[in-house]
Amino acid sequence: MKSATGSHTGTGTWLLQRATAVVLALALPGLAMYFLTALPVDFAGWQALFAPLWLRVLMLLMAAALALHAWVGMRDIFMDYAHPTVLRLTLHLAVILTLAGSLAWLAAILFGTAWSAA
Amino acid sequence: MKFRLYRYSPESGEKPFMQDVELDIEPAGKMLLDALLAIKAQDETLSLRRSCREGVCGSDAVNVNGKNRLACITPLSELKEPIEVRPLPGLPVIRDLIVDMEPFYKQYRSIKPWLINDEPEPEVERLQSPADRALLDGAYECILCACCTTSCPSFWWNPDTFVGPAGLLQAYRFIADSRDEATAARLDNLEDPYRLYRCRGIMNCVDACPKGLNPTAAIGRIKSLLVKRRV
Amino acid sequence: MNARRFDALIIGGGGAGLRAALQLARSDYKVAVVSKVFPTRSHTVSAQGGITAALANVDDDRWEWHMYDTVKGGDWLGDQDAIEFMCREAASAVYELEHMGLPFSRLDNGKIYQRPFGGQSKNFGGEQATRTCAAADRTGHALLHTLYQQNIAHRTQFFDEYFALDLIRDADGYCLGVTAISIETGEPLLIEARATLLATGGAGRVFGNSSNAMINTGDGLGMVLRAGLPLQDMEFWQFHPTGIAGVGSLITEGVRGEGGYLLNKNGERFMERYAPHAKDLAGRDVVARAIAIEIAEGRGCGPHGDHVDLKLDHLGETLIAEKLPGIRELAVRFAGVDPAKAPIPVAPTAHYMMGGIPANLHGQVVAPARFGPEEPVPGLYAVGECACVSVHGANRLGGNSLLDLIVFGRAAGLHMLEYLRDNPYPRDLPDNAAEASLVRLSRWDRPGSERVAAITDDLRRMMQMHAGVFRTDAVLRAGLEKLDALEDRLENAGLQDTSRVFNTARIEALELENLIVVARATLVSAIHRTESRGAHTRDDFPARDDAHWLKHTLYSRAGDQVDAKPVRLKPLTVETIQPQERVY
Repeated sequence: MKSATGSHTGTGTWLLQRATAVVLALALPGLAMYFLTALPVDFAGWQALFAPLWLRVLMLLMAAALALHAWVGMRDIFMDYAHPTVLRLTLHLAVILTLAGSLAWLAAILFGTAWSAA
Repeated sequence: MKFRLYRYSPESGEKPFMQDVELDIEPAGKMLLDALLAIKAQDETLSLRRSCREGVCGSDAVNVNGKNRLACITPLSELKEPIEVRPLPGLPVIRDLIVDMEPFYKQYRSIKPWLINDEPEPEVERLQSPADRALLDGAYECILCACCTTSCPSFWWNPDTFVGPAGLLQAYRFIADSRDEATAARLDNLEDPYRLYRCRGIMNCVDACPKGLNPTAAIGRIKSLLVKRRV
Repeated sequence: MNARRFDALIIGGGGAGLRAALQLARSDYKVAVVSKVFPTRSHTVSAQGGITAALANVDDDRWEWHMYDTVKGGDWLGDQDAIEFMCREAASAVYELEHMGLPFSRLDNGKIYQRPFGGQSKNFGGEQATRTCAAADRTGHALLHTLYQQNIAHRTQFFDEYFALDLIRDADGYCLGVTAISIETGEPLLIEARATLLATGGAGRVFGNSSNAMINTGDGLGMVLRAGLPLQDMEFWQFHPTGIAGVGSLITEGVRGEGGYLLNKNGERFMERYAPHAKDLAGRDVVARAIAIEIAEGRGCGPHGDHVDLKLDHLGETLIAEKLPGIRELAVRFAGVDPAKAPIPVAPTAHYMMGGIPANLHGQVVAPARFGPEEPVPGLYAVGECACVSVHGANRLGGNSLLDLIVFGRAAGLHMLEYLRDNPYPRDLPDNAAEASLVRLSRWDRPGSERVAAITDDLRRMMQMHAGVFRTDAVLRAGLEKLDALEDRLENAGLQDTSRVFNTARIEALELENLIVVARATLVSAIHRTESRGAHTRDDFPARDDAHWLKHTLYSRAGDQVDAKPVRLKPLTVETIQPQERVY
């Protein structure tokens, strides 16, 4: 069976991976500095550290960037090595679910009931 | 000198094997091709392609001690013994050092490697400034030897869908030509997760090119043109 | 046996073949190209300097001046009608290449770059002209790739890595196609076509020291001779005096211009004896012949005594690095010597075959038949180095070979279209059309004690000794005797490898058969021509002899017969350029 190429897409995802890489490159050192300067020792300390809303929003955005970046990267790897369509779709789906699930979990942690309880 | 040659004959029924060969040859000034031809003079069954024997026709690309090179311009004195010579990786082996180049040629043809200009034709030459002509330097010199494309892991995994460095360099040669009017169509042709974006900048192609060309840089320029027309 | 049928068939995927194929592919006719290598591996790719056409982009120029230079360069042996045709068509042929996308170098005003070349003059022998169009020093590469690309665009059918064996002709002499063998599978194939064009290139590999690609084995010439047709002017081979010994790559005259000189094995600066005034900077033919004499008389250098030394280390590292970096790189790469420390081994290197398959300016193969010496062979064409139109006469000018390919490739393509219109139906193949080829193929399944590679080596050494730049009747006849012995050895040769798939040993055996007949044609024609003209220098007949020899030789294989036909001194429209003494 011949394989059809020519979807006229690809630049978007390629660009997305570059853009998210830039976001990560800029945000990661800043966050690392923020955490390292006041490394908490207990749960309360951590809670206090995450109290500002802007930080939680930034964390979530960064995680979203990471997820998108990882998605493009994983997709590329599967496109390289996983040639049977069913296998590739399954793997793609698994990555999407894992990443989306992780994001949702993070959102729950950052904005969930723990905060209202505090 | 000691050689280890990849041997395979589809008619023998045997599996491919590495053959140890000793050759009495003075390496000074001699190329690997001279040695291979001397070996062939002793043992006619060794098959390889060759033509110009001066590095311009692109026939005798082989894998030497792990690197893709043209046998005719690879000095024997540079090579560590035993000199291991294999066919180019990533293409089906027909016999000994001869591979089936068709997947490579097919990708080359897929980029429509010819000048497209549908404007009325003057009776003299179309003008091109020396600066515009200089954009073709480093692109038009390709000899289609396949050293680059067959050193590219992305091509190994997707030879039927990834154009490969040689084809992409030629695509850029026409995109860059001020006389060519099909830039938009050429970009359309390449914009695809497989055809272009399998390139991950591994840069084996740059290392392998016997003519010192840089396909990775050309691919980068194609990508930036694609981004430019999108944003 | 497998068979295919096309309207037109091109044998050879170099510049000439691809230009003709393109002309046919643009029509509705079905055209196929048979090439023993992938087309861009053809020898056209090695051409460096350029393609000559009087575009006058740099300096005043006219095609008539180009014509004069070409006639004079060929020592008046060229046919002036064909030369006029080529020089007239040159400009439009070059513009056409530009339109196809050939990446010519450019002048500041955007026009095609041109450079001066040897033998070019303004105003019929006046000042140096600037006439050769170039794409850096890769003009042949750029040209060949451009033509291949255009053929892909026009969906020409390619039989890559098919080796053509023999012409198929019927009783009336019509050419009906060829037999070939797939190198990859070893399967024979019959390809039928109403018109067949030979564009198989030169045979420079018949000489031990050659600038030619290894594929230049005169296959088309062998096919023509086996079909009972003659070859023209086969005594004329252009030699360059200083090719790297054993390799053939050229070392430019500029090395001697900078002060380099030649030494024999006694360390003697021998050119002082041959040309006391100009010494090492005498004419190319003089220097080449002097080297040949030193070698023949046992004063050559090296274990085989087969070369002389080109010394330039006295020029100093700085000058060599500054003025001759390319030569240094070549010498280091191919001779294993750094010319700043040791001399470069050099010998005359066979460069170009002026003779070939007799053809007219439409590319039609012409041969003596019932009514005259130049009757077209119906359905058979030849262009490029394998053909002798003759535009190069006794000596080709640089930059004219690429032009020859393009102008006559196009002309032949156009004439084939006409021929196909006039001959719309295929003629019947003769019975057992492939018989002779199959016999020839199966001959190589026979065991034998002699090795092909050894015979080929000896043939090339013999030709270098006996048909090189130094020729006398005795030397040539001695060569012919050795050739007889080589032919006997060929009879007893067998292959160690009789497999089918990509058996290059079998192909080399078939190539040797072609080289042997080319060698014979050269030796016999050279014995026949008892004068010195252009590249053919006879020590026993040192002068040009227009009274007896202003004519072409025609060699036929049957009985080693040599006939003659007149040189066409009358151009198409302009006045004849009368023979004069050739001085530069």
